[in-house]
Amino acid sequence: MKLYALNMIQPVGDPPPPEVLDKVMAEIGEIRRDLELEESWVFGRGLHGPEASTVVRLRGDECVATDGPWTEGKEHIGGITIIQVEDLDAALKVAARFTKATGLPIEVRPFVGEV
Amino acid sequence: MIERVFREEHGRAVAVLVRVFGDVDVAEEAVQDAFVEAVRRWPSDGTPPSPAGWIITTARNKAIDRLRREALRDGKQAEAVLIGGGEPVVDGGVEDDRLRLMFTCCHPALGLQARVALTLRLLGGLSTVEIARAFLVPEKTMAQRLVRAKAKIRDARIPYRVPEKAELPERLSGVLAVIYLVFNEGYAGREELGGEAIRLGRVLRELMPDEPEVLGLLALMLLVESRKAARIKGGELVLLSQQDRGLWDRGLVEEGQALVRRCLAIDRPGPYQIQAAINAVHSDAATAEDTRWDQILELYDQLMAVAPTPVAALNRAVAVAEVEGPEAGLALVDGLDLGRYYLFHAIRADLLRRLGRDAEAAGAYAEAIELTENPAELAFLKRRRRGLRV
Repeated sequence: MKLYALNMIQPVGDPPPPEVLDKVMAEIGEIRRDLELEESWVFGRGLHGPEASTVVRLRGDECVATDGPWTEGKEHIGGITIIQVEDLDAALKVAARFTKATGLPIEVRPFVGEV
Repeated sequence: MIERVFREEHGRAVAVLVRVFGDVDVAEEAVQDAFVEAVRRWPSDGTPPSPAGWIITTARNKAIDRLRREALRDGKQAEAVLIGGGEPVVDGGVEDDRLRLMFTCCHPALGLQARVALTLRLLGGLSTVEIARAFLVPEKTMAQRLVRAKAKIRDARIPYRVPEKAELPERLSGVLAVIYLVFNEGYAGREELGGEAIRLGRVLRELMPDEPEVLGLLALMLLVESRKAARIKGGELVLLSQQDRGLWDRGLVEEGQALVRRCLAIDRPGPYQIQAAINAVHSDAATAEDTRWDQILELYDQLMAVAPTPVAALNRAVAVAEVEGPEAGLALVDGLDLGRYYLFHAIRADLLRRLGRDAEAAGAYAEAIELTENPAELAFLKRRRRGLRV
């Protein structure tokens, strides 16, 4: 088995209105239940926006924490799901379900090694 | 002899070894080693009774030796692979292996250029140098492209499998697109690729004999290829209507037409089959004047219904010009957004010329000349432009 991260690529800006979001969340919940049944689910959660993030970096010998993401962009990772499946085709199939539910592109990225 | 075996058996051998060892690099290197061994031994020992079997067995042993050496060096990592390598290699699954390898090489998760390069390298047995030359990129660029593609197959675990039924039509059309792209590169002047694409098309037909689009693509390529000898004369492109039809390869025409008839019998039309049928109508005409343009137009209407691309619309406009006159054709051409495509301007130029609008035709020829680098096309366009009264 192989681990894949499904990164939801989200545009910067306000989330959709509740009536849209509720439906999306319900569908995502359904996908999660299916993945749990197939024992493919490892982890998954939405992320706060980049405005909530802090970057720690080395300055000289000292570690400094600063506000904001390390790079500005029009898009950011809005949520991460980690799944454990047989191969890329299986991962792409799951990603397609998320894309259909959210309308957002999903980056499918393999973790190093096997599980 | 070895050269021929290499061309014919390279894909098969790599495909079997990928299944056995689960790794494209291991398979490729082992097959390479086996052919080196063949070059060394066959001339003195004689060609073995089953050259393909010899290559596959030798490659398997080479791979096991190599993995053992590496295992000794790096610890136990290769052990699992070695256990897999103990399986018998020559069995009934061989044909399926080649098909699996085609679907792996043409996986949509790989970039189009990578798909083409991998297909030619692994299934066609072309060297990196040959592929680089064919696509006019430096050898180093092509080598990197291949390394990256193979790394992605391994790291993202692109499966080595024929897709399941639900996915098959879409994935198969990806494989066909790669083969057709290789063929078109051949048509554009890099001749070795034309033959290679037909060879891949034949392999695919052998593996999926009931898929009408597979037959359609092979038919299309054969019918286009049949006109190769007539297509260029004195370094200049010859239009279909001007070609010496006696130079057409009758064997290829008949093979292509038989495939088109088989497609008609299956009756599940698709874009390659329709394009093949259009070419079959041309092949049927004893002279250019005998061409059944009404049938061709009907087929283009069908093509536009299943695959409405701008290029198909352009070709349809040519048929309309033949059936209804150049004015009607030109009106359609002018509605297309294909300004970057040399044939758009070349076709426009020809229609304007036929309408006696020479000044405008000269401008269109100039644009076409600007957009092509092919010497035969350039020679043709320039001569046509010289013939205008401006």
